[in-house]
Amino acid sequence: MNAKGTVFKYGDNVDTDVIIPARYLNSSDPAELATHCMEDIDKDFVKKVHKGDIIVADKNFGCGSSREHAPIAIKAAGVSCVIAETFARIFYRNSINIGLPIIECPEAARGIEAGDEVEVDFDSGVITNITKGTSFKGQAFPEFMQRIIAAEGLVNYINNNQ
Amino acid sequence: MKVDGVFDKDKIALVPDHFVPNKDIKSAEHCKCVREFARRNEITNYFEVGEMGIEHALLPEKGLTVAGDVIIGADSHTCTYGALGAFSTGVGSTDMAAGMATGKAWFKVPSAIKFNIVGKPSKWVSGKDVILHIIGMIGVDGALYKSMEFVGEGIANLTMDDRFTIANMAIEAGGKNGIFPVDALAEEYIKEHSNRAYKIYQADEDAVYDEEYTIDLSTLRPTVSFPHLPENTHTIDEIHEMDDIVIDQVVIGSCTNGRLDDMRIAAQILKGRHIAKGMRCIVIPATQKIYMQAMEEGLLKTFIEAGAVVSTPTCGPCLGGYMGILAEGERCVSTTNRNFVGRMGHVNSEIYLASPAVAAASAITGKISCPCDLDE
Repeated sequence: MNAKGTVFKYGDNVDTDVIIPARYLNSSDPAELATHCMEDIDKDFVKKVHKGDIIVADKNFGCGSSREHAPIAIKAAGVSCVIAETFARIFYRNSINIGLPIIECPEAARGIEAGDEVEVDFDSGVITNITKGTSFKGQAFPEFMQRIIAAEGLVNYINNNQ
Repeated sequence: MKVDGVFDKDKIALVPDHFVPNKDIKSAEHCKCVREFARRNEITNYFEVGEMGIEHALLPEKGLTVAGDVIIGADSHTCTYGALGAFSTGVGSTDMAAGMATGKAWFKVPSAIKFNIVGKPSKWVSGKDVILHIIGMIGVDGALYKSMEFVGEGIANLTMDDRFTIANMAIEAGGKNGIFPVDALAEEYIKEHSNRAYKIYQADEDAVYDEEYTIDLSTLRPTVSFPHLPENTHTIDEIHEMDDIVIDQVVIGSCTNGRLDDMRIAAQILKGRHIAKGMRCIVIPATQKIYMQAMEEGLLKTFIEAGAVVSTPTCGPCLGGYMGILAEGERCVSTTNRNFVGRMGHVNSEIYLASPAVAAASAITGKISCPCDLDE
C-alpha cells in the first residue's frame, strides 16, 4: 500500500476544531464535511487539495475532541496520508478506524516542506521526499492496523471477519 | 455493522447533550436516530430532554459510573470519571459502535505521570485552577497517551466536584485518562449515588512513572488560559500587571464546571451585584438535578437578578454549537475546557478559560478579574 502526493504543511497542535469546526458537526456526510476541512486554519485548503495529497504537521496533530468527523473530513477531501511528529491519541485511533493512513515520524515532519512531492510506503514505513531526494523511516503499521486500513475501516473489518 | 444488537442493553448509556434541545433540523434528525436506536435496542439508560444533563455530570450523579469500572465514551471528556477511581477514556464513534456491539475494545497500556498533591487551596482557588496550572506546566501534549495519576494528602482538601473538574481536563494535556485514589469522600459519593458494587484499585508501591510532580495547592493562584491553547496560562497576579482585558460574554457551565459547587461559588460572587453593562452572562447548570438544587437554594434567583440568563442543561456554547456563539472580535471568559481558534464562534473571537469564581467576577467588572478585586 502506497500514498503519493503534494504536501500541505502545518505546525504544532492542529486541533479538531480547526480540522472540522463544531458548527458543521450536525452533518455526518463525508462529502459535505470535506468542503469545510481545515476551514479555520487554512481557508484555501479545500480549493487547493487534490486527490492523493499529503498533510505533514508537527506535534500533537488532531488534539481536542473525539469527533470522528475530523479524519473523515480529511480523507473525504482526498488526502491519502497524514504524517506528523506526534498525534493526539483519539485522533490516531479514529484515523485507523475510518481507514485514513497516518504515520508518526519526527524526522519527516522536520524534513518536509509545503509543496514537496512525497511518497509513503506503508508496508515498510519509508517516507520519500521526492522533491528533496531524501527519505525517512517512519514506524510501519502493525499488521492488524494495516488490515483495518485496507478494509477501509473498523466497521468493514468487523463485517468481513464475522 | 452487521450485528443483531448491542452486547448488553444495561451497560450502555445514551445522552444527547451537545445540540439539545435540538438546535436545528439536522440535529433533530440525529437525535431522532439516537432515540429510535435506544427504543429498538431497549437501552435502559437513555436520557431524553427533561431527564438528560451534560453526560459527564449526569452519569456519576445517576450512579452509572463507579470505582473500578472500565468506561469508553464517544466524547473526549469521558476521562472525567477518573475522579471516582474508574479507568475511563474517550474514543470516536466507530470505536464506540464496535464497543456497543461486541462489549470489547482494544487498548495499549499507557505509561503514567504522577502528580503528588499537597497543601490546601486558598480562597477562590478551585479544581479548575489546579488543572489549568498543571496544563500550563506540562503543555497540551505533556501527557500525550499517558495516564495522569493524582495522589497525595492534598486530595483530601479537594471536593468531589473539584476532582471531576481536574480529571475532566486530563485530555487537555493529551492524557489518555486522569485518575484519583478512592478515599472516604469518593466512597461516600459512590454510595450516595449508586447501589452498584465497586472495586478500589491502588497503584503498586513500586509503580514506575515517566515523571513525577509535586503540586502545592497552597501556592496556587486563580489561573486563566489565554487564547488559543489551554497551556497559555497566566495567574491573576500576572493579569493584574497587564492592560485590562475587556470581555463581551461569560459562560458558566459545561462538563468541566457546571456542577453544584460551581453554581454556588458563582452565586456567592454575583449575589447583590449586577453584571457589567453590555455584558452577556450565560449560566448552565449541567443536569436537571443541579438545576433543581440551584433553584431550591435560591441560586437561580441570584443569577437572574444579577442580569445573567440561566439555561437548561446543554453543551451548547462550549463547542460553539449554539446558545452563546461569539461574533468577530468578541471575547469570552468561560468555565469550559477548550479555547481553540473558532471554538465558540467566529474564527477571530477569543476564549479565556477560568474558574467559576473568576468568570463570575469578570462578568461583574467587564474585564478579567478575581473575586478579590471586587468591593466587599
